[in-house]
Amino acid sequence: MKHKFAIAAALLSATFFASGASAKTFVYCSEGSPEGFDPGLYTAGTTFDASAHPIYSRLLEFEPGTTKPVAGLAESWTVSEDGTEYTFKLRPGVKFHTTEFFTPSRELNADDVVFSIDRQINAENPWNQYVAGASWEYAAGMGFPELIKSIEKVDDMTVKFVLNRPEAPFLANLAMPFASIMSKEYADKLQADGTMEQLNQMPLGTGPFSFIAYQQDAVIRYAKNADYWGGAPKIDDLVFAITTDAAVRYQKLKAGECHLMPYPNAADVETMRSDDTLTVMEQEGLNVAYLAYNTTQAPFDKVEVRKALNKAINKEAIVDAVFQGMATPAKNPIPPTMWSYNDAVEEDAYDLDAAKKMLQDAGVENLSMKVWAMPVSRPYMLNARRAAEIIQDDFAKIGVTVEIVSYEWAEYLDRSKAKDRDGAVMLGWTGDNGDPDNFLDTLLGCNAVGGNNRAQWCNEEFDALVKKAKVTSDQAERTKLYEEAQVVFKREAPWATVDHSLSIVPMRKEVSGFVQSPLGDFTFENVDIAE
Amino acid sequence: MFGFLLRRFAVLIPTFIGVSIIAFSFIRLLPGDPVALLSGERVMSPERHAQISQQLGMDRPLVVQYFDYLGGVMTGDFGSSIVSKTPILDQFMALFPATVELSLCAIILAIVIGIPAGVIAAIKRGSFFDQSLMGIALVGYSMPIFWWGLLLIILFSGILQWTPVSGRISLLFYFPPVTGFMLIDSLLSGQKGAFTSALSHLALPSIVLATIPLAVIARQTRSAMLEVLSEDYVRTARAKGLSPFRVVGIHALRNAMIPVITTIGLQIGVMLAGAILTETIFSWPGIGKWMVDSVFRRDYPVIQGGLLLIAAIIMFVNLIVDLLYGLINPRIRH
Repeated sequence: MKHKFAIAAALLSATFFASGASAKTFVYCSEGSPEGFDPGLYTAGTTFDASAHPIYSRLLEFEPGTTKPVAGLAESWTVSEDGTEYTFKLRPGVKFHTTEFFTPSRELNADDVVFSIDRQINAENPWNQYVAGASWEYAAGMGFPELIKSIEKVDDMTVKFVLNRPEAPFLANLAMPFASIMSKEYADKLQADGTMEQLNQMPLGTGPFSFIAYQQDAVIRYAKNADYWGGAPKIDDLVFAITTDAAVRYQKLKAGECHLMPYPNAADVETMRSDDTLTVMEQEGLNVAYLAYNTTQAPFDKVEVRKALNKAINKEAIVDAVFQGMATPAKNPIPPTMWSYNDAVEEDAYDLDAAKKMLQDAGVENLSMKVWAMPVSRPYMLNARRAAEIIQDDFAKIGVTVEIVSYEWAEYLDRSKAKDRDGAVMLGWTGDNGDPDNFLDTLLGCNAVGGNNRAQWCNEEFDALVKKAKVTSDQAERTKLYEEAQVVFKREAPWATVDHSLSIVPMRKEVSGFVQSPLGDFTFENVDIAE
Repeated sequence: MFGFLLRRFAVLIPTFIGVSIIAFSFIRLLPGDPVALLSGERVMSPERHAQISQQLGMDRPLVVQYFDYLGGVMTGDFGSSIVSKTPILDQFMALFPATVELSLCAIILAIVIGIPAGVIAAIKRGSFFDQSLMGIALVGYSMPIFWWGLLLIILFSGILQWTPVSGRISLLFYFPPVTGFMLIDSLLSGQKGAFTSALSHLALPSIVLATIPLAVIARQTRSAMLEVLSEDYVRTARAKGLSPFRVVGIHALRNAMIPVITTIGLQIGVMLAGAILTETIFSWPGIGKWMVDSVFRRDYPVIQGGLLLIAAIIMFVNLIVDLLYGLINPRIRH
C-alpha cells in the first residue's frame, strides 16, 4: 500500500504541484459533501471539516485535543472588568492564501475581523444576504446579534468587541467554526466583480491549507499553506474523497485508497482493531443522549415518578445493543470530557423493584405513556427505536405501558418542542464550543422552555446557578456553579440521561500526528505520513 | 414523420406541466420543513423562521410560488438550492454526465449480454443453459442493489484487489472537466493511465446497475424469441433452407426486438432509480445521490428541478424509442 501512495504522491507532484518527488498526499475519506465553504452559513460538522478547519483560522483556536480556547489570529486579548469589552491584539504578519483565483495584496488586519463577524449579525451589511436565505444559524444560535453591541477597529491590528452583557463563553464562541476570519480584500473584489456568491464556493483564508478545487459530491483538493502562521503542515496535499457509505469507507481504508476515515459502523470496529495495518483511536464524544419527560404534564410533574422511571432504564443494555459497547452510560447531562463534569453525582442505579415501589408510593398505577424515538441515526444515538424498545420492555416490568411514536425528522424536532406534548422525547446534543453553558443553559435553562428545553423544565435553583455561571469570568467559580447545577439536575430528574457515545477514528498505521478533537472535528494540520 | 413528431411534442407539453405540478405539490405534502431543518437540533426562533421563509419566498401562497417557479423554468431558471445556494441547473449539468456515463455503460452491458443470452436460451429451450440462465436472471432481478454492490466491492476490491473501491478515477489524476464524461476527459487530459483508471472505476458500478436490466432484457428476449420462432414465416424460412444463423439472426430476431426495445426504453427509468443506490454505494457523484441528499434536507428547489429535468429526459428517451420502432418494424411507420 505504501507503494500505491508513493506513486500517487509522485504523480501528483509531477503533474500539478511540481514541488519535487517527495510530495506527500493525505487522503481523508470524508462522510459527506460540504453544503458550501462559508462556515458562517452552516451548522454541519461535515461542512466545517471541509471549510473552517483546513481553510480558515479564528481569533482563538481550540487547543488540539481539548476544548480550551487559546490564541489564534489574536495574539493576546484583554477583558474589561465588567466583562463587556473584549480587546484583541492581532497576530502580525499573517498571510492570506495566494490561489489561482486571487492574489492578496496585504496581510491580515482588523478590517477582516470586523467584516467576518459584522456580516453575520448586521442586516444592513451588504454581505448579510449575499446568498438567498443566508440564516447565519450559529451566530444566531450563540446569541451574537443580541449579545454584540459593536465591533470596533481600534487600529490596524486591534479590534474591540463591546457586549450588551457579560458572557463568559464568548471567547470559546469565537473559536467556533462560524467565527472564521475571511479576507475583506477578497470579498471586496468579489463584490466589485458582481460575483459575491463565490465567497461560498471559492474560499480563501489564513488556515493550514489553501483551497484548490471541489468536484461536487466527489473530491475536494487542498494544498499546504507554507506560510501558515501556526507552522507549515507536514503533508503537501490534502484530499477529501467523499464516501457516504461507512462500509465502503472501510473498504477504501483497507485498500489504502485513503489514510483516515470518520464514523465507522459499530459492527466493524472489532475487525478494524485486529487489522495490523490500521490504528483505531477512540475518545468519549462531547455529546449526550437523553429521554426528556414533559415535566409540566401529570404524572411527570412529580419528581418521584421521573426518578422511578429513571431507575427502570437499563442503560448498559442500551449501550450494548445500540452501540455494541461504543458508548458509555450517562449519569450527568454533560459528558465526562467536559470541564466541571461532576463525578460525585450519584447515579439512579437500575433497580426494577425499587422503581416499582417508588411508583406505588407516588400513587401512580397503570401508567401508560408515549416514548418518542427519533427516525434518524445521530452520533449520540445510533438507533433510537431499538433503545426505545429496551425502555419499553423494562417499563413493562414495572407496570408502565409504553407506546413508541416517531415522526419524520424535521416534524419530530418541531413537535417535540410543544409545551403540551404528550410523552417523553428521546433526543441528544453535541457540544458546540466545549463550554458547559452550551449544554446546561441551552438545553435546560428556563428561557429554552418551548424550544431546546424539551423537558419544559424550569427550575429556579438550577436556572439561577447556570445564569450566574454565564456571567462569571472566573473559571474555578464557574466550575463550582456548574457542579452544583448538576446535583440539582440529578435530584430533579427532568431527563433520563442515556449515553455519551464514543468517537472512533480508524486510520492507517503510517499516519502520525492526528489528534482527536473532543468537539468531533477532523483537522489535519499536524498529520504526517511515514515514508 | 413530421406530423408524428409534432403530435408527440404536443403531448409532451401537458405531460411536462403535469410533472411540474406533481413535483411541486407532492414534495410539499411530505412532512418536514426545510427552514426548520437548517438549524437541526438547534431550535430556530419563530421570528427568525418567518424571516428566513420570507427571504426564500416560502411565505407566499403555494399557487403564487408555483407560477413564479414555472415562469422561471420557462426561462431556464430552475432556482437555487436552499442548502448550497448554488443554481440548480449548474449542479445538474455538473453531475448529470456522471449518471449518463454510468447508465450508458450499464445499459450497453445489459444489452450486449442480455440479448444474446436470451436468444440462446430460446433456441436451446429447456436445456441446462436455458434453465440456469433463467435461474440466474431471476436471482439478478431480485437482487437488492445495495447488498449486491457491497458484495462485489468486498470480493473484487477488498479480497482480490482487482478494482478500486469507489469514485470515478484515481485521486492521482486531476484535470478540470471538459465534457464531464470521465472516459472522454481522461483521454483528453493526455495523462498516462488516466483512461485505464477511469475504466476500472466504472467496472463495478456498471455491473451492479446493469444487473436488473440485464435480467429483464434476457427474459424478455427469450420469451419474444420463443413466440417468433413458432411463427409460420420462420418455419417457411427454415423450409427454404436458409442457414440457422439467417433464420434466427435476421428473420426472427428483428421481429422479436420490438418488445425488447420497449423494455429497454422502460429500463432507462428503472436505471435512473437504480442509479440512486448505485451512486450512493460507489460514491459516484451523479444526480441520483444528489437527489437523495436533497430529499433528506427537504431542499425543495433541488427536488423539483431535478425531477423536472429527469422527467424531461425520460420523455425524450421514450420519443427516441418510438422512433426506433419504425426503423425495426417497417409496418410501424410514423
